[in-house]
Amino acid sequence: MLIFIVRRLGFMVITLILASLLIFAATQILPGDVATMVLGRFATEQALDNFREEMGLNRSLIVQYGDWLLNFVQGDWGESLSTRADVRDLVMERLRNSAMLASVAFVMYVPLGIVLGVVAAIRRNSWVDHVISVGSLAFIGLPEFVTGLLLIAVFALRLDWFPSSSAIAPDAAFFERDTLERLVLPALTISLVSLAYIARMTRSSTAEVLSMDYVRTAYLKGLSRSRVIGRHVLRNALLPTVTVVAIGIGWLIGGLIVTESLFSFPGIGRLLLFGIQRRDLPLIQATTMVIVVIFTMANLLADILYGYLNPRIRFR
Amino acid sequence: MAASAETAPGREGRTVLEIEGLSVAYRTEEGDIFPVRDVSLTIAKGESFGLVGESGSGKSTLAMGAIRYLPANGRVTSGRVLLRGEDLLSLSDKEMRNVWGSRIAVVYQSPGNALNPSIRTGNQIAEVARIHLGMSKQEAHQRMLEMLEKVKMPDPESVARRYPHQLSGGMLQRCVVAQAMMTNPELLILDEPTTALDVTTQAVVLDLVAELKQEFDSAILYITHDLGVVARVCDRVGVMYAGEFMEQGGIHDLFKRPLHPYTLNLLGCVPHFSLGPRRKTLNTIPGFIPRLDELPEGCIFAPRCSLAEPECRVAQPPLVRAAEDHLTACRRWPVVPTPAEHMATITADLMQARGAAENRLLEARDVKKYYPVPTQGPFRQDKRKVKSVDGMTVWIDEGRTLGLVGESGSGKTTLARTIIGLVEPTEGTISLRGEILGPTTRSRERDVLRRIQMVFQNPDASLNPRQTVGQSIGRPLTLFGTPRHEVPRRVLELLEAVHLSPSYYHRLPSELSGGEKQRVAIARAFAAEPDLILCDEPIASLDVSVQGSLMNLLTTLQAEKGTSYLFISHDLSAVQHLSDWVCVAYLGYAMEWGDAGDVLNPPYHPYTEALLSAIPIPDPDVIQKNIRLEGSVPSAVDIPSGCRFHTRCPRFIGDICIQEEPPWREGEGDHWIYCHHTFEALVEMQKETLRLADHDHGTPGVEVQV
Repeated sequence: MLIFIVRRLGFMVITLILASLLIFAATQILPGDVATMVLGRFATEQALDNFREEMGLNRSLIVQYGDWLLNFVQGDWGESLSTRADVRDLVMERLRNSAMLASVAFVMYVPLGIVLGVVAAIRRNSWVDHVISVGSLAFIGLPEFVTGLLLIAVFALRLDWFPSSSAIAPDAAFFERDTLERLVLPALTISLVSLAYIARMTRSSTAEVLSMDYVRTAYLKGLSRSRVIGRHVLRNALLPTVTVVAIGIGWLIGGLIVTESLFSFPGIGRLLLFGIQRRDLPLIQATTMVIVVIFTMANLLADILYGYLNPRIRFR
Repeated sequence: MAASAETAPGREGRTVLEIEGLSVAYRTEEGDIFPVRDVSLTIAKGESFGLVGESGSGKSTLAMGAIRYLPANGRVTSGRVLLRGEDLLSLSDKEMRNVWGSRIAVVYQSPGNALNPSIRTGNQIAEVARIHLGMSKQEAHQRMLEMLEKVKMPDPESVARRYPHQLSGGMLQRCVVAQAMMTNPELLILDEPTTALDVTTQAVVLDLVAELKQEFDSAILYITHDLGVVARVCDRVGVMYAGEFMEQGGIHDLFKRPLHPYTLNLLGCVPHFSLGPRRKTLNTIPGFIPRLDELPEGCIFAPRCSLAEPECRVAQPPLVRAAEDHLTACRRWPVVPTPAEHMATITADLMQARGAAENRLLEARDVKKYYPVPTQGPFRQDKRKVKSVDGMTVWIDEGRTLGLVGESGSGKTTLARTIIGLVEPTEGTISLRGEILGPTTRSRERDVLRRIQMVFQNPDASLNPRQTVGQSIGRPLTLFGTPRHEVPRRVLELLEAVHLSPSYYHRLPSELSGGEKQRVAIARAFAAEPDLILCDEPIASLDVSVQGSLMNLLTTLQAEKGTSYLFISHDLSAVQHLSDWVCVAYLGYAMEWGDAGDVLNPPYHPYTEALLSAIPIPDPDVIQKNIRLEGSVPSAVDIPSGCRFHTRCPRFIGDICIQEEPPWREGEGDHWIYCHHTFEALVEMQKETLRLADHDHGTPGVEVQV
């Protein structure tokens, strides 16, 4: 198991290096000149040159990349071009907020998705199954800005249960009624797509496991249905779901960008959008890198969990 | 219809399972169908009852219906099922759960799927004791270890800690049996428990079943399609056909003197291992098992029966008691011929007078195929090789058949694939009529490709599901230059050659049975007018009666067209039936090889001897010498030193086998054995085994009084 994890970690480092190269290359080929963007269209040629010199923008790309990567690893993520604030502080603060939002979403959709999927599989082809399947298909099709607006229209405007804006203070405390209240609608918005995916995935894998011989063996051992499902079915059926959940974290981040903007929530997604609009290179690079790290960590976690749950992988 | 299966005299009070007039229905979109209709049987304590039938005969449905484990669309519509006098059909679901696993235990066909892949084997077995015997964790664990010992599991402690995928097929089946025996059940149902196993492993599991029967005194319901297996482990047999019993009786009576034409025909379909003249026709049964929604009037077997007369088609004949403990559903049972008479009517010698020295058609010389060990990511390189084929030399003469035998993992299929060029050999050459062929299909000329064709094991996967039969067979014709306007006529000729009517021309594979698909595959192979057809287990996945007719077909086509075959099989009886030459392979290397008559006669290589000893012979009166191979074939990565068979050899000598490669010893005629024992020594050791060889099922003199 240890070798397995070490090997996975090795892969993760390679992935991160490749990703950093891509991010750096992408920010370099963005149209528009950084100096012009920062100093404005009417800056003198001299001012632009000075700025480029100061920021090290006229060195060779390889040197710039190496420099950036080295600094990034050491924790020096640079200074935001647009706000002059320390990028690391900015990203970390927003990351904390996004994590709050994501964890609220996470505890809502993961258990619910699994329960719905298992129920649909056990009651296959009944009306319960049909409702769950059709419902989840509908939510997979709807993008976040549509579900988000729908939720606002119903729960904020009509029922007035939750506020429509989630513009909390960037350093608001998590366990406060006001904060939590403002987290519900955006969390629900991000949840729906992933919820639907998890439900569908769980349903199909559970249905598959239910048809296996060893489930028949378990029933004919005289086990009760709850024991068969709990001990013999779930463990095998949830294997593919674990991967979906982890990959879902990636989706979650994508969803965050749209949802945070929609609800004016001060999270990392909105920060990234802000950076892109202002062509704030250090900010974009740092934010994307952080997202990539989170994404690969989630995948690593999925692999380890999968290996733990599935002895066939673990002992290879 | 009266179907009486009263307890035979002397068995009162010992009856464990009594099924009376059981019918099972499945709900389908076209209405209810009845896969099991009004069947009755009893099994006594310590008795094993063999439930035999081809696929679709309803044997598993009968068993699952009796213990109330049917799919959601199935239900028992009438009848009684008594377990020690208690009616199972009247129990509540909860009460039934207490019966499952404690009083009734079930073992299925594929041991690999019967255990949960993510729970340690020991815990799964112990679970039964915890639920039904109310044992604590430690007690259950202790009991589990005892049971594993009882099923002769080597090193139970370590096996219990392992996961199912870390155990071999034979070990898994032992675990499943141990799990079933945990509560010492009154009834043990074994549903094709050895069908998925190699013949050598099957033999070991069958021995185990026989021993358990002695030790536990449970009643056993043994479901199988294999008459040989029944003969080895059962006391009584019931033969099912399309949902009804055709015949029931004690094993010796039923095999010696079947009183139903269906049983008689089934016995004739199996090639019997014998030393008599080979290449006899095998019995075939015309027609197919009827569809459940269009069962014939009267006797359901009548449309396929050679003894049928008009009255047979009027009313359904009841099961009548023809002799003590021998029931038959045939009205005409007094005139059913004896097996000897029956064989005499169908046996025609297909072996044509052939010249002695034929031309050598194909030669595969010193063929090796090594695969790299699957790597585990870019950080680890494994320099070792999987030695699938490790230096095999075989040849095939024109118009003759080479039989290639061995357990799974012996490299049979890989060798065939190198011959046809699907796999590039690591070393060695393939030559056709003395001309050395390119290593891959790409490097071979089209005419060479035409001359070697292949028929695969799984007919479902080898026919394109979207092409009609006509298109499938026509494809090689157009490819190899038949003028377009002649193709349909040639296809019809080929269909006729494989005994399929012209109406099959426009059918899709999904509309065909397994046997019919395989006929199409054979027709397709012959369409190219090849010199050689490689048959890779072509009959293994088919029902017995279909196997017989396909073997007949292969023999007749060979006689007509002079095509050579490489016939790959793990079934020695089939190989013996079809082959002129035989090669016995183990771990990618030949152990014994030569003329079929010599190879399959003593002296044998110890491996051949073990394979022969493992064949279940469909005659309960044959006593076979028990030579069993323990364990499974070693990994082809670390091939044992010296003689590669030494780790499992029942005739192991000592260090010489471990340290030195054996010599190829040449016997009289065309016969070579790769062994440290001399021919004389082998003859001496194998004297006892000879008894098996002397036996020929079809011989007259098997007389039974009714």
